[in-house]
Amino acid sequence: MTDLATHVFTGLGVLFFLAGSVGFLRFPDIFSRLHALTKADNLGLGFIALGVAFQAGSWRQVALLALIWALVLLAAGTVSQLVARHALRERDGR
Amino acid sequence: MTWALDATLCAMILAVALATVLGRGVFRAIVFFVVYGLLLALAWVRLDAVDVALAEAAIGAGLTGVLFLAAFGRLARSGADAEPPPGRVNIAAALASAALTGALVWAWVALPLPGRPGPELAEALPRAGVENPVTAVLLNFRAWDTLLESVVLLAALVGLWMLARDEAWTEPLGLPQHVRPGGVMASFGRILPPVGVLVGAYVVYVGADRPGGAFQGGTVLAAVGIVAALAGLVRPPRVTRRAWRAALVAGPAVFLAAGLGGAALGAGFLTLPERIAGSAIFAIEIALALSIAVTLAFLVIGPPETGLEDQ
Repeated sequence: MTDLATHVFTGLGVLFFLAGSVGFLRFPDIFSRLHALTKADNLGLGFIALGVAFQAGSWRQVALLALIWALVLLAAGTVSQLVARHALRERDGR
Repeated sequence: MTWALDATLCAMILAVALATVLGRGVFRAIVFFVVYGLLLALAWVRLDAVDVALAEAAIGAGLTGVLFLAAFGRLARSGADAEPPPGRVNIAAALASAALTGALVWAWVALPLPGRPGPELAEALPRAGVENPVTAVLLNFRAWDTLLESVVLLAALVGLWMLARDEAWTEPLGLPQHVRPGGVMASFGRILPPVGVLVGAYVVYVGADRPGGAFQGGTVLAAVGIVAALAGLVRPPRVTRRAWRAALVAGPAVFLAAGLGGAALGAGFLTLPERIAGSAIFAIEIALALSIAVTLAFLVIGPPETGLEDQ
């Protein structure tokens, strides 16, 4: 049962990563590419963390996985904002 | 299945290394270098060398990457040529790298394969004062190397500070940061440090028994300081502040004191008698982590500057 849950959730996560990567390669400008990366990949990582959590031996490991996901969310969100702001300034010639 | 994972990892490391060296543009090379460091850290995890993986991720990928980015930004600001002229190959650099690679390959083939840390280590470990064999080697059996490493870091910072101009010497370190009040960077700088301080302190503390230690934890703590400075929440101090100078030398000083203590107790310089080894290593780890954190953060922030010297 837990193995099945792991397969389903990590599979979903991989799908989201795939979609994010396709978007990153195919989208026309930096803003939509950032959109693909932050939305799809963060969700994908969440699903993978959820899937792996079913294999965890203790609640401590589950909490660590959740913390890792939250930190990546925070970093990715901040960095994409900063990149977007920089790109906006470049486009408008400062 | 694991061989497929390892093969993919090896292929990616090689590809990213090639992209770092051959790709166009310095900025791109730096980004690939950071990715290379992270992949290398994964490879160390696969080899069960978690201590090395932590060091590679924190220092090799993270801190060195930030140093490269800071240097790149500085070159761009000063109007110097950050990019090499297109199409030219730097023959001297290529020859030097090829020679170094050749020497390393020769050493790898010529030297006998080191055996796994064998019965000697297992026999000596109970007297080391710590349970993590890596920490036992770093801070007890081969304490000399680690002491010298901590002094080298300090020397690097002194070398960087020598680049400061006379009129800037009493100014705060680095350039003032301009951050939008209430913007994403400002809030990132507020949210991350509590978690970062916790993780850094934990990595230092746990180093006695499990992977971790002063270098890895100190780097995490340095990153916290750098983020807080970048977010404009703390102003880097002046070189002349005594408390910060004391923090810089605390690690080597406590290390030397412990070494002399070993000599005074008759065990010999830098030889820690079993009775005090555990507490001595703990004190050294704490002081070293403090010094490493401050030194690395100051290295990234840069020498004192007036902020007026752009031509």
